[in-house]
Amino acid sequence: MSSTFDTVANIIAETCDIPRDTITPDSHAINDLGIDSLDFLDIAFAIDKAFGIKLPLEQWTQEVNEGKATTEQYFVLKNLAARIDELVAAKGA
Amino acid sequence: MRLEYFQLIDRIADLNLSERTIKVVATVPTESTIFEGHFPGHPLMPGVLLGEAMAQTSGWLIIGLNNFARMPFLAAMKDLKLRTFVQPGQTLDLSAALVHEGSGFAMTKAQGRIDGKLVCDATITFRVVDFPNADMRGHMEALAKVIEFPVGATAHAKS
Repeated sequence: MSSTFDTVANIIAETCDIPRDTITPDSHAINDLGIDSLDFLDIAFAIDKAFGIKLPLEQWTQEVNEGKATTEQYFVLKNLAARIDELVAAKGA
Repeated sequence: MRLEYFQLIDRIADLNLSERTIKVVATVPTESTIFEGHFPGHPLMPGVLLGEAMAQTSGWLIIGLNNFARMPFLAAMKDLKLRTFVQPGQTLDLSAALVHEGSGFAMTKAQGRIDGKLVCDATITFRVVDFPNADMRGHMEALAKVIEFPVGATAHAKS
């Protein structure tokens, strides 16, 4: 059974045509992998489908814009995977 | 259609919010300056406008689903296929189905048919955001009346 990070990394590699071996848990989706907001919609779609959740992109964006959070909290992949695990757990609670 | 106003939908024929589908009707005008250039002696509905017609069809579905609270803006179109020529005077039966409703975005599959024959289809992504201003929302509400948006549909969906 693959980890959440592996699933996300595979989605990113396939969606954005990025070599899988360049995607690490410490990769920042925007700053390191160069994924823009439009491409991230495709990634969010695939993540939503894969995990049966709805990534709260609007909430995250608002928190970043208001200085309440950093992009690293949501877009460094190990952190993104942790947020996904939280959403999956909350769904099952 | 009123091509000069980019109003590509004539009438909503069916809006099913529980099934998350929509069907609309759109007749290509017999005359337009567009056809003077596209193409002289062989007038055709431009493919990009067929794409726009499918986007507008999808857009009305999304507006219906969120009860005129937010506005969808076209962000991406994948696998746009233009399967045959569409000529002035022909009537398109356009339809769309919601594929996914994410946080701040939505995806649809849309298609157009003429006399039952598939002429175009695409997968479309929208950013869905608050209306930029009251004027725009008012414009969309006014346009909804013109194209016979079924006002009872959204009330039904909320019940």
